[in-house]
Amino acid sequence: MDSAPQTPQPPVEFETDPSRYRHWQVSYDGAIARLRMCVDPAASLRPGYELKLNSYDLGVDIELADVVRRLRFEHPEVRVVVLSSGTDNVFCAGANIHMLGMSSHAWKVNFCKFTNETRCEIEDATAFSAQVYIAAANGTCAGGGYELALACQEIYLQDDGNSAVSLPEVPLLAVLPGTGGLTRLVDKRKVRRDRADVFSTTAEGIRGKRAKDWNLVDGVFARSKFEQEVMKRATALATRKVELLPGERKGVSLGPLAPELTPGTRRYRHVELRWSSESRTAELLVRGPGPADVAVVQAGAAAIHDAGDSLWALRAFRELDDALLQLRTNHLDVGLVLLRTAGDPALVVAHDAALWAAREHWFTNEVLRHMARTLRRLDLTSRSFFALGDLNNDQRPAFAGCLLELALAADRFYLLDHPKVQVGTSVLNEGPLPMSHGLTRLHAHLYGEPDKLEALLGHHELRSAEEADDAGLVTVRLDEIDWDDDTRVAIEERASLSPDALTGMEANLRFVGHENETSKIFARLTAWQNWIFIRPNATGPDGALSLYGKPQRPHFDWNRV
Amino acid sequence: MVSTTVDLNAKIPNNVGLSDDVKLQRALETWLPNYLEWWNDMGPTDFADKPVFLRTAVSVDSDGWAHYDHVRMPDYRWGIFLNPRDPETSHIRCGDDAGKAAWTEVPGEHRNALRRIIVTQADTEPASVEQQRLLGHIAPSLYDMRNLFQVNVEEGRHLWAMVYLLHKYFGRDGRDEADELLQRRSGDPDKPRILGAFNQPCDHWLSFFAFTMFTDRDGKYQLAALSQSGFDPLARTTEFMLTEEAHHLFVGETGMDRIIKRSAELQALDPNGDIRRQGGIDFDLIQRTINYWFTYSLDLFGGEISSNAADFFATGLKGRYREDRYDEHKALTGTYRLPVVENGQLGERDVPMRNAMNEVLRDSYVQDCERALRKWNRTLEEAGSPNRLTLPSRRFHRHQGIYADHRFDPVGNLIDSNRYEANQRHWLLTPADNDYLLSIMKPVYEPGKFANWIAPPSKGIEGRPVDFEYVKLHD
Ligand SMILES: [Fe+2]
Ligand SMILES: [Fe+2]
Repeated sequence: MDSAPQTPQPPVEFETDPSRYRHWQVSYDGAIARLRMCVDPAASLRPGYELKLNSYDLGVDIELADVVRRLRFEHPEVRVVVLSSGTDNVFCAGANIHMLGMSSHAWKVNFCKFTNETRCEIEDATAFSAQVYIAAANGTCAGGGYELALACQEIYLQDDGNSAVSLPEVPLLAVLPGTGGLTRLVDKRKVRRDRADVFSTTAEGIRGKRAKDWNLVDGVFARSKFEQEVMKRATALATRKVELLPGERKGVSLGPLAPELTPGTRRYRHVELRWSSESRTAELLVRGPGPADVAVVQAGAAAIHDAGDSLWALRAFRELDDALLQLRTNHLDVGLVLLRTAGDPALVVAHDAALWAAREHWFTNEVLRHMARTLRRLDLTSRSFFALGDLNNDQRPAFAGCLLELALAADRFYLLDHPKVQVGTSVLNEGPLPMSHGLTRLHAHLYGEPDKLEALLGHHELRSAEEADDAGLVTVRLDEIDWDDDTRVAIEERASLSPDALTGMEANLRFVGHENETSKIFARLTAWQNWIFIRPNATGPDGALSLYGKPQRPHFDWNRV
Repeated sequence: MVSTTVDLNAKIPNNVGLSDDVKLQRALETWLPNYLEWWNDMGPTDFADKPVFLRTAVSVDSDGWAHYDHVRMPDYRWGIFLNPRDPETSHIRCGDDAGKAAWTEVPGEHRNALRRIIVTQADTEPASVEQQRLLGHIAPSLYDMRNLFQVNVEEGRHLWAMVYLLHKYFGRDGRDEADELLQRRSGDPDKPRILGAFNQPCDHWLSFFAFTMFTDRDGKYQLAALSQSGFDPLARTTEFMLTEEAHHLFVGETGMDRIIKRSAELQALDPNGDIRRQGGIDFDLIQRTINYWFTYSLDLFGGEISSNAADFFATGLKGRYREDRYDEHKALTGTYRLPVVENGQLGERDVPMRNAMNEVLRDSYVQDCERALRKWNRTLEEAGSPNRLTLPSRRFHRHQGIYADHRFDPVGNLIDSNRYEANQRHWLLTPADNDYLLSIMKPVYEPGKFANWIAPPSKGIEGRPVDFEYVKLHD
């Protein structure tokens, strides 16, 4: 069923704003925000399916991601977000099955990845922005709908004899819950794993008291009292004692990025994306902060707050985030991304130090958390990344501090040995921007060389290419004579390898060290899910996903692999 | 323990080997007291100590399934019966495995689907008892009161039949589901019955007759489809239930017919043909009642395009009406042409046959209802009334399926919601209708006497005269 859309579709844009929402209603009442899912069945992102029963596609989730992000930046007064459905008796039926059935493999995978990232962002907001999400399931809560609820800190289910929570993917579709459902069930909610097994193979799910007894939900309330009880709980959470970061709680609105588009390029203020289908490569350039940008940050927390969405660290990383999503969804043929930076590395280090000094302000905290999430999106992007530190168009590279993270996230780092090329670490390389499994990229990079790691920590002076190489930061150091040929060969070689094998290899190597709940969701679950998606039992002509809603019954190959 | 077992077996007529089935005994020992408590709380009010001339099934033999006597309802012997079946004919009747041997145990693969089918059917049985619990107080005659109670105790037995399957074949889950059947309540906002029509109030006898005519008739078609199930115990138990259901349909169809006949008489009697002035039920009101209950009952068949329906058919869990009369039982090829709303207009679409199985069953049902309407119109013709009654379009007033999001008039034309709102009171039962009906429905408890708004039946029950004391109110 890997039938890519027949007619070419317009590229997907990930930027949106409340005036354009089709699927969500958000209302604010002091510390409590109400988020209602009211999916417009006719407003699917792609033609060919209807978003019935509050089922979702990528378009619905793009809006949700926007809501979650804006809540953090624009509504710092909010302590509790009550997530419910605008449709009585249906909370959310999960990802739209017809959409999944007709989507290409790549589309499904990218869709699941994005929904996972949005769920993680909800948890991130709860953990680091004191914005607690409560799922108020005023109706059936199935598959991705329950996974959405699982991302919330608390789940309440209407007890009407009918409304159930369920993960029907295995029994109904022969795939896995694709948005972290299985992991969150046993790791986050600590549902006993044998019960999780029963639950995940019971298509109709579990309702009422048993859902509560098994800790699938935190409470069940009768239909007539549901709204009242949920709001009672929301009010309790909204007035809970919580140590809030200081700073005037005035929201910062996120204006449009408005990139300039020409064939083959997408230019933002600080970021530039170029791609070539011919060479199957793209170049992603991030320009570092200028002196004025650094001055703003050095003026302290209030000045940073005043700068709002024009702050370099926020703007540049929002642009980078958008560019990564563009690459993932709209440029499937690009296998290798060349990461470049431009600017003054000393300014980046100074910028980072000043930003870190202001971290106690709620807005600075949000900016740092956002930078961290964007870099995690980079780690989780299934393309080869080579960081290139050369004098591109005579611009100095700025692989320092937060921009050195790009090189540390990359699969390889090529550095030109030239007096104008310098590399440096900052405080931001040492903890504030962790990978999804909790390690810093520096730690993951030097996992087997703790002495070298130790030697780098706290030493933020710039290093020459040679010093950087000695410090263990560089994959290949090349002089000007070798640079062009060696990088060209490396790029061409990379482009010749199997994209599938590379995806698997890179994901294995990038996440050195122990796993945690989030990394499990992305690594273990998505790897299995992707495999299951391409197996005939799910998506072959007789597979359960292909035949869902059709008159034929699936036929399985009973051999275990 | 032993004495309880003996008690149970004596109390419960059955042909399922209850005396030897320890598992079933244990389940029923807990469930039975809860059932009786439910019956006392939610069954017919205030008539528990009155002997009613009831039919009890004591065995499946031809002389055993209809045993008549005066019985107090709480003492009714609710039994458990499977229709006898020649093992030769016990095969899967439809779907991919049509022709293979039927399942005598629940196949694990279909366990959850079967449980859902059974629970959904089971839930309707106690629901209708709850809906009808107050009607004895305004019964138009002892004959009708007896019929009401007969329907009620048999709905109770239908619940038993379904609970038997849950207890016998679905282990602990089944016991939990059986308990929940006694906890849900018709019309309760917190614990409603599963299906919409079973949460609608049924507070006078016109609705009762329309309900037994139209809603019980849905039950007949669901039971008939389940009697084609590849799960042998389900097929056999529903087959037996159909024999009782036939009486409920008789009550509904003849009850409506008697009202129609009486209204025509009152119409002829009144100088202006004003039925209400004569204390009867006018034809517009009857038409609104038909419109209301027929359409709520249509909803019970499920979505017009349904993957569940396709699955149930494909797996052999649920067949078509009289599946045995079809030549071909796979239905993999072929389509069903369905009127659909597309781009704001009514058009047509071809749907794979299996996905249209709910609609196929609904077709059989609608034809049956049309037959009853023809009969009622003959009654009108014979009585010399110029009025005729009609069935509304199956698109009108729907709450489930592809028409639920659109507005249609009773003929089936797509209309805007303004027009719908403006005409609703001409098309559907209104609170004023209910007030009027309650104002004329005073109890008539004298043997052989009937309320003014309904004609007597042509004959009594089981050879007894019409003026027989079907319910002994004064003992
Ligand atoms: Fe029944
Ligand atoms: Fe019935």
